[in-house]
Amino acid sequence: MSANSAFNEEKGGSSNVGEPEYGHDPASGGIFSSDYKRHDDLKEMLDSNKDSLKLEAMKRIVAMIARGKNASDLFPAVVKNVACKNIEVKKLVYVYLVRYAEEQQDLALLSISTFQRGLKDPNQLIRASALRVLSSIRVTIIVPIMMLAIKEAASDMSPYVRKTAAHAIPKLYSLDPDQKDCLIEVIEKLLADKTTLVAGSVVMAFEEVCPERIDLIHKNYRKLCNLLIDVEEWGQVVIINMLTRYARTQFLNPNMNESLLEEGGGEKAFYGSDGDDDADDDEEKDETEKKKPEVPSVVKRKPYIMDPDHRLLLRNTKPLLQSRNAAVVMAVAQLYFHLAPKAEVGVIAKALVRLMRSHSEVQYVVLQNVATMSIKRRGMFEPYLKSFYIRSTDPTQIKVLKLEVLTNLANETNISTILREFQTYIKSMDKDFVAATIQAIGRCATNIGEVRDTCLNGLVQLLSNRDELVVAESVVVIKKLLQMQPEQHSDIIKHMAKLTDNIQVPMARASILWLIGEYCEHVPKIAPDVLRKMAKTFTSEEDIVKLQIINLAAKLYLTNSKQTKLLTQYVLNLAKYDQNYDIRDRARFIRQLIVPTDKSGALSKYAKKLFLALKPAPVLESPFKDRDHFQLGSLSHLLNAKAGGYQELPDWPEAAPDPSVRNVEVPEWTKCSSREKRKEKKVEKPFYSDSEGESGQTESADSASDTASASESGSASEESASGSDSEESNQESGSEEDEEEERKKKKKVEKIKAKKPVARSESEQSSEEDKKIERKSKPRRVGSDSESEENEDSESESSESEEEESEEESEEDTNKKKKTPISKASTKPAKTENKKPKTEMSLLDLDDFDPTPSPSQVTPLNNFLSSSLVTDLEGLSLTDNVLSPTTIAPSGNLKTYELLHRITGEGLSVEYCFNRQPFSPDPHMVAVQIQFTNSATTEAKNLHVEDARLQSGMRMKEFPEIETLPGGESVSVVMGIDFCDSTQAANFQLCTHTRKFFVSIQPPVGELMMPIFMTENEFKKEQGQLMGMNEITEKLFLEEKCQGEHAVIQRVTTAANLSRVPCGSDKECSPPVPPPLFPIHRFAGKTVTSGSLVLVTVLNKGNSAAQVTVNCEKMVIGTMLVKDILQALTQ
Amino acid sequence: MRSKEAQWSTAEMIHSLFLVNPSGDIFLEKHWKSVISRSVCDYFLEAREKALDPEDVPPVISTPHHYLISIYRDKLFFLSVIQTEVPPLFVIEFLHRVAEMIQDYFGECSETVVKDNMVMVYELLEEMLDNGFPLATESNVLKEMIKPPNILRSVVNTLTGSSNVGDTLPTGQLSTIPWRRVGVKYTNNEAYFDVVEEIDAIIDKSGTTVFAEIQGVVEACVKLSGMPDLTLSFMNPRLLDDVSFHPCVRYKRWESERVLSFIPPDGNFTLMTYHVNAQNLVAIPVYVKHSISFFDSGSGGRLDLTVGPKQTMGKTVEGVMVTVHMPKTILSVNLTATQGSYTYDNGTKLLTWDIGKLNPQKLPNMRGSLSLQTGAPKPEENPSLNIDLKIQQLAISGLKVNRLDMFGEKYKPFKGVKYITKAGKFQVRM
Repeated sequence: MSANSAFNEEKGGSSNVGEPEYGHDPASGGIFSSDYKRHDDLKEMLDSNKDSLKLEAMKRIVAMIARGKNASDLFPAVVKNVACKNIEVKKLVYVYLVRYAEEQQDLALLSISTFQRGLKDPNQLIRASALRVLSSIRVTIIVPIMMLAIKEAASDMSPYVRKTAAHAIPKLYSLDPDQKDCLIEVIEKLLADKTTLVAGSVVMAFEEVCPERIDLIHKNYRKLCNLLIDVEEWGQVVIINMLTRYARTQFLNPNMNESLLEEGGGEKAFYGSDGDDDADDDEEKDETEKKKPEVPSVVKRKPYIMDPDHRLLLRNTKPLLQSRNAAVVMAVAQLYFHLAPKAEVGVIAKALVRLMRSHSEVQYVVLQNVATMSIKRRGMFEPYLKSFYIRSTDPTQIKVLKLEVLTNLANETNISTILREFQTYIKSMDKDFVAATIQAIGRCATNIGEVRDTCLNGLVQLLSNRDELVVAESVVVIKKLLQMQPEQHSDIIKHMAKLTDNIQVPMARASILWLIGEYCEHVPKIAPDVLRKMAKTFTSEEDIVKLQIINLAAKLYLTNSKQTKLLTQYVLNLAKYDQNYDIRDRARFIRQLIVPTDKSGALSKYAKKLFLALKPAPVLESPFKDRDHFQLGSLSHLLNAKAGGYQELPDWPEAAPDPSVRNVEVPEWTKCSSREKRKEKKVEKPFYSDSEGESGQTESADSASDTASASESGSASEESASGSDSEESNQESGSEEDEEEERKKKKKVEKIKAKKPVARSESEQSSEEDKKIERKSKPRRVGSDSESEENEDSESESSESEEEESEEESEEDTNKKKKTPISKASTKPAKTENKKPKTEMSLLDLDDFDPTPSPSQVTPLNNFLSSSLVTDLEGLSLTDNVLSPTTIAPSGNLKTYELLHRITGEGLSVEYCFNRQPFSPDPHMVAVQIQFTNSATTEAKNLHVEDARLQSGMRMKEFPEIETLPGGESVSVVMGIDFCDSTQAANFQLCTHTRKFFVSIQPPVGELMMPIFMTENEFKKEQGQLMGMNEITEKLFLEEKCQGEHAVIQRVTTAANLSRVPCGSDKECSPPVPPPLFPIHRFAGKTVTSGSLVLVTVLNKGNSAAQVTVNCEKMVIGTMLVKDILQALTQ
Repeated sequence: MRSKEAQWSTAEMIHSLFLVNPSGDIFLEKHWKSVISRSVCDYFLEAREKALDPEDVPPVISTPHHYLISIYRDKLFFLSVIQTEVPPLFVIEFLHRVAEMIQDYFGECSETVVKDNMVMVYELLEEMLDNGFPLATESNVLKEMIKPPNILRSVVNTLTGSSNVGDTLPTGQLSTIPWRRVGVKYTNNEAYFDVVEEIDAIIDKSGTTVFAEIQGVVEACVKLSGMPDLTLSFMNPRLLDDVSFHPCVRYKRWESERVLSFIPPDGNFTLMTYHVNAQNLVAIPVYVKHSISFFDSGSGGRLDLTVGPKQTMGKTVEGVMVTVHMPKTILSVNLTATQGSYTYDNGTKLLTWDIGKLNPQKLPNMRGSLSLQTGAPKPEENPSLNIDLKIQQLAISGLKVNRLDMFGEKYKPFKGVKYITKAGKFQVRM
């Protein structure tokens, strides 16, 4: 005993030298004696009859354990107290037992009988805790006892005990894996359990014991989906992750139609309207892709119809995006990323961005995942670009990750904004971060051809930075950029050659030398001189620099042997005797290759070809590329390496496995056939309500030409369901004519269907309802918590069935609502295919990101900004030039109009402005922001709109009533007005609790449109179709101050809500053409109500002459717009 | 042999937890399964040494046999040891819950508090995880099992011999509302809600807002008897763009009616957090006029800061504090402030100016000279200002609570709502 304890003491104590000991008598001396003393008095206390002494002793012992001290020699004394009456002592004894039982197996067995007795206790808490401790004792001998106990507990009456049983399963499994088969039986039984308490724990056990037995899930799949929202948070995470894997094996890829196009940038089908994407030669691809409307892939395949169970999973997990638990949010996000149709994935972005406010560790993990996602689905995060801006207080690792995301999100539209941000970052004090920023600029430059030159110039200016790290990093990045088009940049190369005198960072020196060597023909005078200098310092250089010196020498020898022959030989001689064998080898090799001797082989003839071969420019890739083959949110994804126990995310099956396996059979349990019915109903419901609509929707999202066939088959069988998803309508609204008929048919049905609930639901019509349908989820079961299980069950049942009714109602609401957009859309004449993705995008965004309409909100701003790209980037230098405030569209740009003067309004003044945001409840309305200011001392009450007198066809969505507005305060609200694309005023009454005021809002013509994004080619094509009557041209003279590109753009965009068409995007792959002699500015938009295109061209003819052209189908709008723009430009 | 392998691949989620203080001492360890030697922490300590700032320690570290996932909170590292694949956020979120639990039980989360309550913390950890999987993380459930320390109770306990450990199953554990226990009784029934909004903003050097958003949180303190079912509604719920809820809130009601319907936990909790629709422009309550310049000679420079109110909705701005991260080469500052006081910490290069209340008539200004290390070049970096402020009785987004209704209980509770606006991550670039 004594030897044993001493040994243990040594073992335990070895790692904690220098720690103050707890329960240690300060007077005691050496380790051994003190231990005996201390432990003796503890033993005495444990043996006493007083509970308080025992408790005190146990507390001291547990404190020792907590500090990592060894207390194993007390085992016999402690284990005696396992049957102690005092519950607190007992608990502490349990704690001790669990910790040391493994080391003292024989003695531990003494306690087993206590637990066995506990397992039979009438008190469920005691049963559960007995099982918990018993299963935590890692002693192999008791495996059979444990197995028995688990089996028994799995059919316990108390769900809490069953939960404990589920927890015990993995413990037993790790102790004795041979029990697997028995344990699987228990898991199977517990999986069928219907309480939320057990669900999470048993899935956890499933994941640890038999994750491969996916077949066990079939029967429980729908139950798990339905219970999910009520399971505790941790269980939710486990279940969602498991169901992700399950779904990957059982359902078909909802994006299968475009997965074929993936390589070409399948994402363009949706988000592609930014027309940019990554590669340089994209423009061409873009074009071709749009011209052939994704026919080949679609024709061959059968239309994809989403399995209703797949839909069920997506629908039931979505509300969990609102969870306070970051792990749950991430789990849902990865589920959507891996399982949802592309059009629906967007919903997760907002929730992920929200997590960025959380603790920095959470941010770290979320950013890693966002970085991966943003490569595949850039459009999803674009609206949240600014949320990734970096603060100087962020930890470096967060900064670098945010930078990664920003770089992934960069495209032609937002690049100027992003580069301006980068410019701030370059001045940061955190040098690692600065280096990362420089690399990011390099990546942007390679990805977006338009800004390559500007980036390059900016980087060159960084070469004069005082910080060597910055300079070195810039050199490395510049080297990569120059490789793309070296001809034009010989002056930059010259400049860099000069730097060799100052720069000491080896990587940078090496890069410069490589550049000079590679392009020595562009700098024929300087190169030999550099070599001369380098030869002088050769011996003191770093290895990597030496290698490049040899390279430089070799290349110069081949091109200019007259001047450099001797130098080269000198360098090679030096290298011959270098300490590094690599350098010696290289020197020997090169000498053989380039210096013609009689012995030299055939190779030397080709030396020039070998050395001066055209080298492909490096591709700067994100380190997060293709990381999504790991399940997102997993540890393996984070580490980019497979962690132990990682379950691969399976690929989608080619053909769907039999979906009937998930059908729940005749009740196995005794109770209530009614429940069963409900179950069945529930299970089938999605079939009628959602699946058709969904599948139609996915279809149309995938490819337009397919939609017709899909909806045909869909509507033939289940017409009533056709409209259940509001997204669908939006998708459709942009598609071709052959769909029209189909849709009309559907509409009729809908109308009939919708009539019934109209009266009831009208009052609560609001924008939220758009989304409602998506969030169908079981309500939380509350109210009857204290009752026994049975009661609970029946309770939940009733609430569920109630809820079903309400679901149906809400669906119908939505159907009704949906009519409006459709009818609007159908008035729109046939559009060219080319344009379709655009409309889709804006509408889609509205729905998905509702109620933040930020995506399109950002666009006009950015377009406007991109104009000033060149000016902005001048700032990449480190001079302290303050940005002129006008370059950053200030919010004050919006012109406000007075609606009610303070005096007429008796202290209430009302102003309005067109805030140019899409009006989320109805995209066909113009958003009007109204600001109420109460300058009176008394409060104004019940501010609302009454008695709107509108011209026929005009509609208005009033703002919600403002109940009170205290004196001195102001409040702003947003209302929507559909002006029917006319500038007629909307007249209405503005009422307070005392008075009514007649007011009217008349929109300037420029506010009747919203910006859309177009490339130059598209613009030209569209313009070509709007000639003749639809084209209005005016000439004007521009004033001096208004001639700049920037001024023109600003004025036009202020006058009309249009976005700028980036020019010259088609010059990307061809060598850049010189900029046109006279700048042309193009702007595009469409009218809010009918979606007619509005194209504006401002041609600067030089000598202050200019010409404005407006192409618009609506001639009235065109004429008015020309006038407005003329006025704006000549003011 | 086989058993060994299986053990490896089926370990539990969180294997062990170590609490580490800033100087690298491990002062608590808890293993939910077999013991892992604390030498595993060396990998972590090494990474911590390397990082300049504790915040820069990577939250996930891979070692040959284990993975270490850690959080840094309240100047303590919570370091967990993982053996197999587990969602990292799962662990991180759990560790934060542990820290919150300590805070909740003992009023603060610090080394001293943990050391003083070692046994109770250990017991709590025992209850929170079973075999590495979270078991009871709801504070209400925990508090029924292990009663928080309380002077009165400890006196009673010593007199009567009763204990801190509950002997009945926590009622919450079994019900579908685990966050509330049954049989809560108060003589004064009251429910308070604090609407706290934080403005996150980046203002560039010309004073333009680069980025601004409002994040809000509704903190509740509910002390109501029985099983009250509350409904909280807002005057302008449309403002709320993105929300997250305490599990007690019924999603469904929110989706359909935009009201918060819930059976509250007992005591303090965070009811919801929200993000305000970016469509509504964010009011920026203060502006800063700043100039920093360095002499070409390289010996020093000047700093001039003025803070003034901007869009304050007629309220007073209080608790204004400006912190500046100075470039590394600045040795000392010699400034005079017309209001408040400043400190400069040469170690962290942090200049803190505590202004207090903002008086629009007399704007606080601070100016003076900066001296550089001798021979150091003129700094090229731009420092940035972080601003802290508080506005009482105002939710800057304009969010207003409309009413609070209670169902399920008969008594009339006392209700109160408070609004406050603060600066969140509010940064001004110079």
